[in-house]
Amino acid sequence: MDSYQEIIFKLKKYWSDRGCIIQEPYDLEVGAGTMTPETFLRVLGPKPYRVAYVQPSRRPADGRYGENPNRLYKHMQLQVILKPSPADVIDQYLGSLTAIGIDLKKHDIKFEEDNWESPTLGAWGVGWQVMLDGLEITQFTYFQQCGGIDLDLVPAELTYGLERLTAFLQLKDSVYDIEWAPGVSYRDVRFADELQFSVYNFEMADVGMLWKLFELHEGEAGRLLGEFRALRKGPGIRNGPENRVPGPYVGIERFPLLPAYEHVLKCSHLFNTLDARGAISVTERVAVIARVRKLAVGMAEAWMAQQYAGELVEAAQ
Amino acid sequence: MSLPFLLEIGTEEIPDWMIEGALGDLRKGFFETTGNESTVDATPRRLVLRATGLIERQPDVVQKVSGPAVNAPEAAVAGFARKQGVTAAELEKQDGKYVVMKRVAGRTTKQILAEGLPEIIGKIYFPKTMYWTGKNGLRFIRPIRWIVALLGDDVVPLEIGGVEAGNVSSGHRILGARQIPVTITDFEQKLRDNFVILSAEERQQRILSATGRGQDEDLLKTLVYLTEYPTVISGSFDPEYLKLPAEVLVTVMKHHQKYFAVYENGRLTNRFLAVTNTDGDPDGLIRRGNERVLRARFNDAQFFWETDQKKKLADRVADLAHVTFQAKLGSYLEKSRRIEALAAELGGDGAAVRAAHLSKADLTTEMVKEFTELQGVVGGLYAQAQGEPEDVWTAIYDHYKPVSMEDSIPRNRGGQLVSIADKFDTLRGCFGIGLIPTGSKDPFALRRAAQGIVKILVEGKLRLPIRKLLNSDAKLEEFFLDRIRYYFKDIRGFKYDEVNAILASGWDDLVDVEERLIAIQAVRPTEDFEPLAASFKRIQNILKQAQFTGNGGAIDTALLEPGPESDLYHEFQNVRGRLANLPYRPALESIASLRPKVDLFFDKVLVNAQDPQIRQNRLTLLQTLLAEFSTIADFSEIVTNT
Repeated sequence: MDSYQEIIFKLKKYWSDRGCIIQEPYDLEVGAGTMTPETFLRVLGPKPYRVAYVQPSRRPADGRYGENPNRLYKHMQLQVILKPSPADVIDQYLGSLTAIGIDLKKHDIKFEEDNWESPTLGAWGVGWQVMLDGLEITQFTYFQQCGGIDLDLVPAELTYGLERLTAFLQLKDSVYDIEWAPGVSYRDVRFADELQFSVYNFEMADVGMLWKLFELHEGEAGRLLGEFRALRKGPGIRNGPENRVPGPYVGIERFPLLPAYEHVLKCSHLFNTLDARGAISVTERVAVIARVRKLAVGMAEAWMAQQYAGELVEAAQ
Repeated sequence: MSLPFLLEIGTEEIPDWMIEGALGDLRKGFFETTGNESTVDATPRRLVLRATGLIERQPDVVQKVSGPAVNAPEAAVAGFARKQGVTAAELEKQDGKYVVMKRVAGRTTKQILAEGLPEIIGKIYFPKTMYWTGKNGLRFIRPIRWIVALLGDDVVPLEIGGVEAGNVSSGHRILGARQIPVTITDFEQKLRDNFVILSAEERQQRILSATGRGQDEDLLKTLVYLTEYPTVISGSFDPEYLKLPAEVLVTVMKHHQKYFAVYENGRLTNRFLAVTNTDGDPDGLIRRGNERVLRARFNDAQFFWETDQKKKLADRVADLAHVTFQAKLGSYLEKSRRIEALAAELGGDGAAVRAAHLSKADLTTEMVKEFTELQGVVGGLYAQAQGEPEDVWTAIYDHYKPVSMEDSIPRNRGGQLVSIADKFDTLRGCFGIGLIPTGSKDPFALRRAAQGIVKILVEGKLRLPIRKLLNSDAKLEEFFLDRIRYYFKDIRGFKYDEVNAILASGWDDLVDVEERLIAIQAVRPTEDFEPLAASFKRIQNILKQAQFTGNGGAIDTALLEPGPESDLYHEFQNVRGRLANLPYRPALESIASLRPKVDLFFDKVLVNAQDPQIRQNRLTLLQTLLAEFSTIADFSEIVTNT
């Protein structure tokens, strides 16, 4: 029986053998692997990319004080992006299950329609939840839009729920009972932060402070995006005899859009925490989501302009 | 020579609920292109169309090409002949012109299909499509991975989304071969050998032979189109869970896990049936896996049940202040207060008002947060567990009913009133702030709400003044009238003109509307009815042409001419006298009995008499007649053949 970490090693190896860069987790709080730049920004534009990484994903509202056997404040996703999606993508995916010791001939696997949408990211795609003997083990999505932008190459995104998958393989009823490493349980490693973050998110987080932080990060992201836009419009940045001639831009690659995006991610996580804390009414919710979305969409657009300015100009000509 | 045809569009898994619609479109498109009927089949991974008797090529046609006039200069004639590839001597003369009769070879069916199929496939409607070959690429429901297109033994050459048609199919994802060369004859058998049962009917039989008949139809269909090789396995769960309400257990099994619940003598048992896409489960691994998932789900439900019981529904009402109904319409606390007041206003008793008070409290429970489809039901169950009287808990339980036109209405008066009050409140509120459904956009399901009210009022025999309840909001009235029409016409099957005629005479009381409709439907086939309706229309036209408004004058009997005019008047008085105490049907029969007198009147009497006084009096007579007899139905709405 493979341990949790052994399963992760095998999956990483499997996707590494299929041309994926193995990234390390993004070092900021995110709700899902999709939100990290390795997915959100890399899926934009015409450059092919293949990457796999484990992403700890924080969902404050899902915390259960470590008491629920299946629900976690923070769970681990294995995120795989294949851009563009190969024609045999499903066979490759099924191969990854075989690689971690699932004899598919002895199990029931179904692809049930499940379309994915993230209003805060202006992103959506179509796909399935992959069901293994009645258990959802993977979300499979063909991205169509990100940050409100139609994608040039359609990536396949595979998101494995690692705890569930391991519980399935180890025949455990509770994720806390899965074996992380020989002799060490998931409970040993993670229980304390499940408990304490539940207490903090549901009972003790200072709502005023969270709002203040939200506004600070929102302000900073907005400021940077605004300056970037001004830079694109302003004089002196363009190559060429006249300012009205479109790009390519000089020095635009120096502009700190990636830090701006981190502030967007902070907003998203703070929003989730406020939501868990019960500090956002349904009415406010829609408005706050729209604020984060505006930043995310602005970010995607700016990123396209920065990374693909040359190509865009070529395409326009 | 006639040829068989086979098309298989091999895809990644298509959402089960879209498959039958897609097959219909495929069949229709094929018929429009070829004129041939076909049979269609599908699994989640393939849409298949088969036809026989296709002609090899279209018959040749002779086309006439007209040239210059017979008296045109020789050079022009020669030029025409040259252009058409014939000698001048071969030209024929017709109607004063040179013509060439050209034989155009009919196109081969293969050509027609090669060009037509991509278009037919592209026209299949799916509610949500995707692209996968790159921006602006082909859109379809899921990526197309292979295509088999055979006309007789030949591949029809075509390409869709970068996939070229061939004669190679693909088997079951796990159990079958990836590449299977097929012919039209061996196609279905080859698929079967590779664990794909092509026929949906056969897959359904295979499931039912294991589960027994009488399974939930929707779930059955879902499973038929979610599998290529369905095999039923049976599992069980700890009987302890049977202490949870059956509604909760069944929702988890059916909606969340797609299992059939198993009953014995009408009672839920601790067994379930899962339909797998496999050829069996000899080691019991699949069963154990499914049992574990179900156990986790039931554990959740049990946890929710126990947690929720710690706070009574009555104590949860205040918490509804934090649950928003709609930004401008306030919280669910405000909504439940309005429902409460309205339920009382509608004549609800103490139990109905209590039910209205508690009706939304379950929105704060963990159970409803997890299983939203159980809202209302959970409230009812909790109310029952917390000792609320039966009238109260059943009213809470039922108050979202009817959720569709097939669903039943709440079982007792209290439930009916709470349901109506809730729906009226939503409708009034949304219309009040301009949230009016347009086209397919109806986020608050207002059509369903209005439809539900109509169904409850009619089938619950509730005589409530709708128009007053609609706040006399013109837009809401129009919206409601559409729903009423839809109900009587499409659900109940009354003729559209009868519905129009009845509604034109008032629709404030829907029980009354139904009674009038039944009466008019019964009287419609009688001899006098339609001709009388035609006469009423004529009366209406005459009054309209005369721009007659009545000016409040009464009929002056002294001015009535003896004979048809006076006869009509007296007959009218007779009928009018009788009507008051008659049920609708005999009343309509009485009105219809006026027909001979009306006919005779129009036959013999000139309404537009020279003498303005007489003319005025005749118009008054007609108008009075029309007004008196339009209280049951506006007969001019009846479409007649005369």
